[in-house]
Amino acid sequence: MRVIIVGAGQVGTAIAGDLAGDHDVVVIDTDESRVDELQYEYDVLTVAGDGASLPVLERAGVEDADRFIACTDEDRTNLVACGAARTICDPFTIARTKNVDYLRTWERTNDAFGVDYVVCSTLLAAETIVRVVGLPAAVNVKPYAGGLVYMAEFEINEASPIVGQTIAEADRFDSLTFAGLLRDGDAVLPGGDTRFEPEDRVVVIGTPRSVQLFAADAAPEKTPDEADDIVVVGGSEIGYHTARLLGKRRFTPRLVESDPDRARELAERLPDTLVMENDATDAEFLDRERIDEADVLVTTLGTDEQNLLTALLAKRLGCRQIIALVDNAEYVPLFEAIGVDVTVNPRQTTAEEILRFSFESAAENLTVLEGHQAEVLELELEADSPLAGRTIAGLDRAIPGSFVVGAITRDRAYVEPRGETTLEAGDRIVVLADTDSVEGFIERT
Amino acid sequence: MARRTIRVDWRASLDLVGRVLLYLVGPLAVPLALAVYYGESLLPFAVAIAATVALGGGFRRLGDPDPKLGPREAFLAISLIWLLIAVVGAVPFVVAGAGTIGSPLNALFESMSGLTTTGATVLRDFSVHSRSIMMWRQLIQWLGGLGILILATAVLSSLEVGGAQLMQSEQQIDRVDKLTPRISQTARLIWGLYVGLTALAAGVFWALGLSGLAPRMDLYNAVAHALTSVATAGFSPEPLSAGAFEPIAQWAMVPFMILGATSFILLYYAVTGDPMRLLRSDEFHLYLGVLAGLAAVVAGVLAVTAETSFGPEGTVRHAAFNATSILTTTGYASTDFELWAGGAKFALFLAMFVGGMAGSTTCSIKSLRWLVVVKSLRRNLFTAVRPSAIRPVRVADTPVEEETIKDVYAYILLSILIFVVLALVVVVDAARIGAGVSEFEAMGAAASTFLNIGPAFGAAGPYGTYEGFASTSKATMVVLMWIGRIEIIPVLVLFTKAFWTS
Repeated sequence: MRVIIVGAGQVGTAIAGDLAGDHDVVVIDTDESRVDELQYEYDVLTVAGDGASLPVLERAGVEDADRFIACTDEDRTNLVACGAARTICDPFTIARTKNVDYLRTWERTNDAFGVDYVVCSTLLAAETIVRVVGLPAAVNVKPYAGGLVYMAEFEINEASPIVGQTIAEADRFDSLTFAGLLRDGDAVLPGGDTRFEPEDRVVVIGTPRSVQLFAADAAPEKTPDEADDIVVVGGSEIGYHTARLLGKRRFTPRLVESDPDRARELAERLPDTLVMENDATDAEFLDRERIDEADVLVTTLGTDEQNLLTALLAKRLGCRQIIALVDNAEYVPLFEAIGVDVTVNPRQTTAEEILRFSFESAAENLTVLEGHQAEVLELELEADSPLAGRTIAGLDRAIPGSFVVGAITRDRAYVEPRGETTLEAGDRIVVLADTDSVEGFIERT
Repeated sequence: MARRTIRVDWRASLDLVGRVLLYLVGPLAVPLALAVYYGESLLPFAVAIAATVALGGGFRRLGDPDPKLGPREAFLAISLIWLLIAVVGAVPFVVAGAGTIGSPLNALFESMSGLTTTGATVLRDFSVHSRSIMMWRQLIQWLGGLGILILATAVLSSLEVGGAQLMQSEQQIDRVDKLTPRISQTARLIWGLYVGLTALAAGVFWALGLSGLAPRMDLYNAVAHALTSVATAGFSPEPLSAGAFEPIAQWAMVPFMILGATSFILLYYAVTGDPMRLLRSDEFHLYLGVLAGLAAVVAGVLAVTAETSFGPEGTVRHAAFNATSILTTTGYASTDFELWAGGAKFALFLAMFVGGMAGSTTCSIKSLRWLVVVKSLRRNLFTAVRPSAIRPVRVADTPVEEETIKDVYAYILLSILIFVVLALVVVVDAARIGAGVSEFEAMGAAASTFLNIGPAFGAAGPYGTYEGFASTSKATMVVLMWIGRIEIIPVLVLFTKAFWTS
């Protein structure tokens, strides 16, 4: 497969390195010396030039490309590059953006700017942080349908309050589906009267909020609740989205930003978050605001140095859990050395997302559950899909094998999958299916 | 020495003043037609029309058309328009020469009180005036009700650019919500709503009269009271005000006063199928909450004090009616509340400082400003404990600029300051001419005129008259009604050097 990558920064390099072994990779970048370096590092073809200009794209052989990945640091360059590539041929185009607005625009039609998929690094990093904060009890968490739906896998330990409850008893949430139960290495498609046993693995699919509520039920010890004190230090866009998403999960984070104007802007955009204007390294402030008693502290400041210093201070004060944003992957061991619990690297997360999305499966967004007995996948019903017009209960007759429809999204909103819910063309469905049935499922949509 | 040049394009302002004055011929033709119908003297209105045309034409000649009015030109134009319409509006009273308003100062007081929708009267004997003169009193209130400049923007299509400036300056609200991209169209929609509400009120009142439920409410009175209830203005051709009518007619006036003091932008959305904007408005909640609380307090006082014995329905009605009348700055009275116990009167006095919603026909300080004050005080309590916290004050989920909050505090302080000075002038002036005006009555009269409510206490009570105040006091009140109606700032800036030069 021929892959064109525009941008040889951290993201582009990571992607090129991962693909160079199995695919024909061409990397385009304006920085000639960077391009030369890359040529010696990996077995790839390189072109020096502007990835948004047609002659450069033609030199890179875009007409034969199957995948076109634009991942420079410039949002608009990426979007324009994808649009330019589309004028020559029709590869699957992926653009990286930082600005969430471009993602929102793209989501309107899933095709805007000539882009087939937008990976928004800002939102991705914030979502990762929020998952780490909110669902430490989950073994596996994956967002679907642009983050509207979460799939989460929990291991039930002996102390869990839901041990001994039936699924019907535990299912107190309208927007949550108990999709699967893995017991003693076998996938069980659960009925309402199945009782939870210790060491069961339960797979739930639903809105992020309902998954969060279930986590609080299943693992109250590990899962933070509304009373937990979460402090986000740094009002960058990632910090803003982290606070916003935490607020959506009914947490009440505090956000610290030192620039007065930015703090005011954040406070206006986040009505439910307590925004504080202060330098987070100011000892008097840390003491007054009792940062030492914070349950979770997230650093989302502008530079790695600032994040490192803040994390170090928080660690010494005694914060329970520290999550740090790290821009440069080489610093990760440094953060770990001072005791940071989790590091999130936006570029790495972006590279992983791009790779996962472009190569892992023909179906969208597939997750193989541990042990390979079952898979979770997301499907979009095309206009001519034979499933459109059928009810969820009626799917059993159309598709062989065992599967559970965990969630439906329609027009960017969650729809609860009940037996009588009728599927419509354009719906996205998140399904947990037996490994053997997945192929059949994909064929029949 | 360098010559100081005037930096205000005053000729543009004068041109606008002239054009608005010329349009006043239309409203003046209404009482003229009535005079023809009733066979009364046409002279008062003919003279007024002549004066208007002469004045308006003169201003146009002096002026220079420029539709792009800046803030300074808007301030000047607004101040002059409100002043000069009041002057022209007084002409029919003087020419008619009947009763107390035959004298120029009294006529100007009555006209200014009318135009500013105050509703304070200097009439003594209502019966000596012709029906057309009495209807002119009502009509001028209706014209002033929603704001003359909004009307001007709706009518004068040439004001498309300057219109927003004018409406903003007249309302002194942070920004005028445009319902449509064109400001003149927005103004037209709002005025259409105003006309519609007035017509509805007239229809309801007249239906009560026709059906025999309120026989005294004939067509003349139905129209007269529709004009001044929706405008929250308060003049009545009846010396007993709303008290002249049956209880059901009084009840019918209450909702129209309440609607008149509700934001017309939000009412417009409600009428066109989006009522949630109004029902969710925190300003609307505050306005209705304060109104209900006030009515309850007044009803409680009326029920337990010996001065009043209205029976259960009467107690509730008089409490609700007069609380609504004062709080919305209308100024009707369903009974002589001058005779009530002190507690009830004091509650009404305090209600004068509240007012209805911004963007309505109400006057006084307005619930939007109090809402900002309440919310910012609550915020300050929070930040006293958490000094690093940034907590924007939100009204209707929109953050309010800190600068605006300061302006609101300044405005309220300025209002109270002017009120105190006016009260002092009234009480000292009354002592000078030997009129018995107590301190409370002086404060009542000062608040009631400056904040454009109407009736006060003592001699100036709901069934009384302001005629007995000293001429100097009355003249001061005329000025302050004018200043108060256009929200102080446009007039006060005219007296700063910076306005004219730098």
